[in-house]
Amino acid sequence: MAIEIQPESAQVPSGHEPAAAPKARPWWLRPAVHTALIGAIVGYVLGHLLGNAISSGYQQLPLADSNDTPIVLGYLFGILGWLIGLGVFNDPVRQMLGQPVTGAGEGHVGDDLAKYFRYSLDHKVVGIQYLFAMIGYFLTGGLFAMAIRAELLSPTYHLLTPSAYLEVVGEHGTMMMMMMTSVVMGPLGNYLVPLMIGSKRVAFPRIEALSFWLTPCAFIILLSSLLVGGFPTGWTGYAPLSIQAGEGMDGYAIAFGLMGISAILAAFNLVVTIICYRAPGMRWGRLPMFVWAMLTTGFLLVLAAPVLVGGMYMIVTDRTAQTAFFVNQLGGSSYLYEDLFWFFGHPEVYILALPGFGIVSEIIPVFCRKPLFGYKIAAAGMLGVAILSFFVWQHHLFDSGMDPDMRPLFMLTTELISIPTGFIYLVAMGTFWKAKIRLTVPMLFALGMYFNFLIGGISGVVLSDVPADTTSHGSFFVMAHFHYTIMGGLIFAFFGGIYYWLPKMLGIRLNQRLGKLHFWTMFVFFNSTFLPLFAVGELGQPRRVFEYARNLETLNDWVSISAFLLGASFLIFVFNFVMSTLFWREREIGNPWRSRGLEWQVSSPPPPNNFQHVPVVLSGPYEYGDPKALPVADLNPPAGVISGALVGTEA
Amino acid sequence: MATEASASSPEPPGAPGPPEAGGPPEPTAEPRHGLRILILWVVASVICCPIVYFVWGPHLPPGDMSSSAANEQFDLTVLGTIATPVFLGVVIYMGYALTFWRAKDDDETDGPPIHGNAKIQLTWIAATTAIVLALAAFGTVELWTVQGAGAGEGPQPIWKPDSSTILQVQVIGQQWAWTYRYPQFGGFETASLELPLNEPVQFNVTSLDVIHSFWAYQLGVKADANPGVNNVAYTTPKHPGSFVVRCAELCGLWHGAMFDYGKVVSPTAFQAWAQQTETQLASVTKMLPPYAPTYDPTDIANLGKVLVQLGIGGAGGGYYNPLDPEQP
Repeated sequence: MAIEIQPESAQVPSGHEPAAAPKARPWWLRPAVHTALIGAIVGYVLGHLLGNAISSGYQQLPLADSNDTPIVLGYLFGILGWLIGLGVFNDPVRQMLGQPVTGAGEGHVGDDLAKYFRYSLDHKVVGIQYLFAMIGYFLTGGLFAMAIRAELLSPTYHLLTPSAYLEVVGEHGTMMMMMMTSVVMGPLGNYLVPLMIGSKRVAFPRIEALSFWLTPCAFIILLSSLLVGGFPTGWTGYAPLSIQAGEGMDGYAIAFGLMGISAILAAFNLVVTIICYRAPGMRWGRLPMFVWAMLTTGFLLVLAAPVLVGGMYMIVTDRTAQTAFFVNQLGGSSYLYEDLFWFFGHPEVYILALPGFGIVSEIIPVFCRKPLFGYKIAAAGMLGVAILSFFVWQHHLFDSGMDPDMRPLFMLTTELISIPTGFIYLVAMGTFWKAKIRLTVPMLFALGMYFNFLIGGISGVVLSDVPADTTSHGSFFVMAHFHYTIMGGLIFAFFGGIYYWLPKMLGIRLNQRLGKLHFWTMFVFFNSTFLPLFAVGELGQPRRVFEYARNLETLNDWVSISAFLLGASFLIFVFNFVMSTLFWREREIGNPWRSRGLEWQVSSPPPPNNFQHVPVVLSGPYEYGDPKALPVADLNPPAGVISGALVGTEA
Repeated sequence: MATEASASSPEPPGAPGPPEAGGPPEPTAEPRHGLRILILWVVASVICCPIVYFVWGPHLPPGDMSSSAANEQFDLTVLGTIATPVFLGVVIYMGYALTFWRAKDDDETDGPPIHGNAKIQLTWIAATTAIVLALAAFGTVELWTVQGAGAGEGPQPIWKPDSSTILQVQVIGQQWAWTYRYPQFGGFETASLELPLNEPVQFNVTSLDVIHSFWAYQLGVKADANPGVNNVAYTTPKHPGSFVVRCAELCGLWHGAMFDYGKVVSPTAFQAWAQQTETQLASVTKMLPPYAPTYDPTDIANLGKVLVQLGIGGAGGGYYNPLDPEQP
């Protein structure tokens, strides 16, 4: 049952002045990103010194595999220092000491812009923080991709050394995977879910804020591994190699594990928010598809990401404390790591797909001016994908020498998952039937997502077939496949979501003409980059190589040039984003898409508390064209409605 | 309209799902959209599927040099032929929708409030389920009849070639080279891989350090080389010629350069080569560890250290320095 009473305590994230106004200290004394950086540096130095003291018996060589303990302790203490510097622990400590808390960690006291650099408990601030951070991480990871494609212009190494090439490959893969986990849930999930379900707040604002502030840590740590030689394992970190690798590997394990923790926290908060904080009338059958997507993604993360964190923890202890979880000749098993990693890793790829499904399912009814076709089957599809995704992971290990009996079973489960995935297409095609289609920028991105994901999904069926997988596994075919699903699916949907919801989040509309240019360049060059890679893989080019057969040079050059142009298409977006938000500032305060979504019924950007009163939801969000449909919600319900709905529990 | 919609629903197989040309009944004088889409789709599929199967299929990788490669080529052809109508269906439907159902600029009205159609949804679920189960059955049969499809089956393979004479070849991966041992010829170890024509081969793939993956591309064989594990894969070469061996699992610095070539020769040429190599390498074979399904990398590392002390270079099975070597 939805809980309607919103506790009006000092923990209310925003809009209410804290119980005791803090003393107005000068800005440099208030916790923010600069104090966090100081804390992180102090923490790293302390941790490193402690590690040196602990492992003083070992011979320590620079850039060798022998001073992992100081580095790992440095990272861990650095994270702790970062959080202390941010003021994460201020209020909990005050509470323990029985002192009055200051509310939002002193975060939102003061001027407008500064709150984005503080530990803010407002879900809308966290959403914006995530948005900028994730775009920044995406562009950084994209630069690494440019370096990879520059190296692959020639069939033998010419630009990067083999070790630099592997470092770049590992950084690109890991950074993108870490970012993609949060790219929709962080910015759009945190910002929009409370608005969509009619809540004034999220369930656990502190956990939500913590989940964001761990991400800069994770990315700095990941990048810092470049300073000590990077890591040679790619994003999968397969075990005997990751135990053997140099000390850059510690950065990988800590950063990936930390991102896992951040994702668990963010997902946990959203799941509880969706279950417990829905407005009256927001029944399960009226939940927007995006919220369904966040709910299923959240459950996947809460259940799968702990396995990743455990795997990373074991890598760290194998490397520092010689525990030998993954060393075959000492009683461990390299299969253990593969299983742990893919037990997380396969739900992970659906963690990357479901938010995209949610976004496009929000966009198409609005621009088709029709109800979503088969609402129930769309939700069932998401649930089905989420459940089945836990039973397919061994298809990554078809050639690994696992028990051969398992292969027909995992082939079957993998192919079964295309049934609920197909529901998403049924829903889209039904919604398009005799619709009134408007090709706005968000709609274009949604269509691009359906096209790309179709190719990604069909190539996935090829990979699930063991004989066909024997050739395709570990080749550029796999690489093209998951770029089609993740970049072609999730990132296209994400950009569609940005063009669709940015007027809501910032009150500013991005230039639509540039948006269309961005879409067409991105769509054309995306396909021109990754479609040939299917052929490259089937013609015998393994992943992550700097040398390939000379007869594949033409195809690789074509791909590289397309990739550079694809990279350039993001410059159009950046230009549009900067100019639209800073200079042109085309104000958009209303409901520019004439959407029925609850989030669009309040002004843009939303007021500090989202809703003046807890709204009463009267009908579903997709009732377009139905003259009998009630308005989506009553934003000013009569005073008795809510207390009447809560007989006996009124405070 | 209603009959059209249902007529277009039970469609020929395709994965992950056939296109649904149907929609709810519309009592208007509009053109019969469902029928048009269905005709477009059937015509396009009838043209494209044979092209994919008969024209493109025989040229699909990895060719037909061995039993497993030919099997993979056949699987790719079948999957490609099934995927074609699926892809065409969605693209034709969407293209049709974008052509005919666009709103005019001044048209602010909404579309028809259709919330779903139980018949179409159930048909879709039934059709996709049937296709998926058929595909899984097809894949399992293919896995069975071609002895594990050239993929590594682990130490206890359950699909074996039906033959009394199987050539045993041990494939040893180490950073960053492949070597091969022939236990039926005294267990000599060599860097060149030769196989006889038309004779089943059992690859016993193992590693001395990290995970590699033995990918004999034209033979359609791929099996991970795990330290301490004997990973078995089968194939039968069907055509003479040379093939590429690459490492398909990231194994460190020179992963990209870890490739060499093998040869399929006539059985007599193979016997001659194997016996000649066996006698040539007899003195070296005596110094090697005796043939075993797996080798303990710790011992190998110790062996390597002895060699290094004796002034004989090489990685020695030890851990490499990430900055070294930068050049071959």
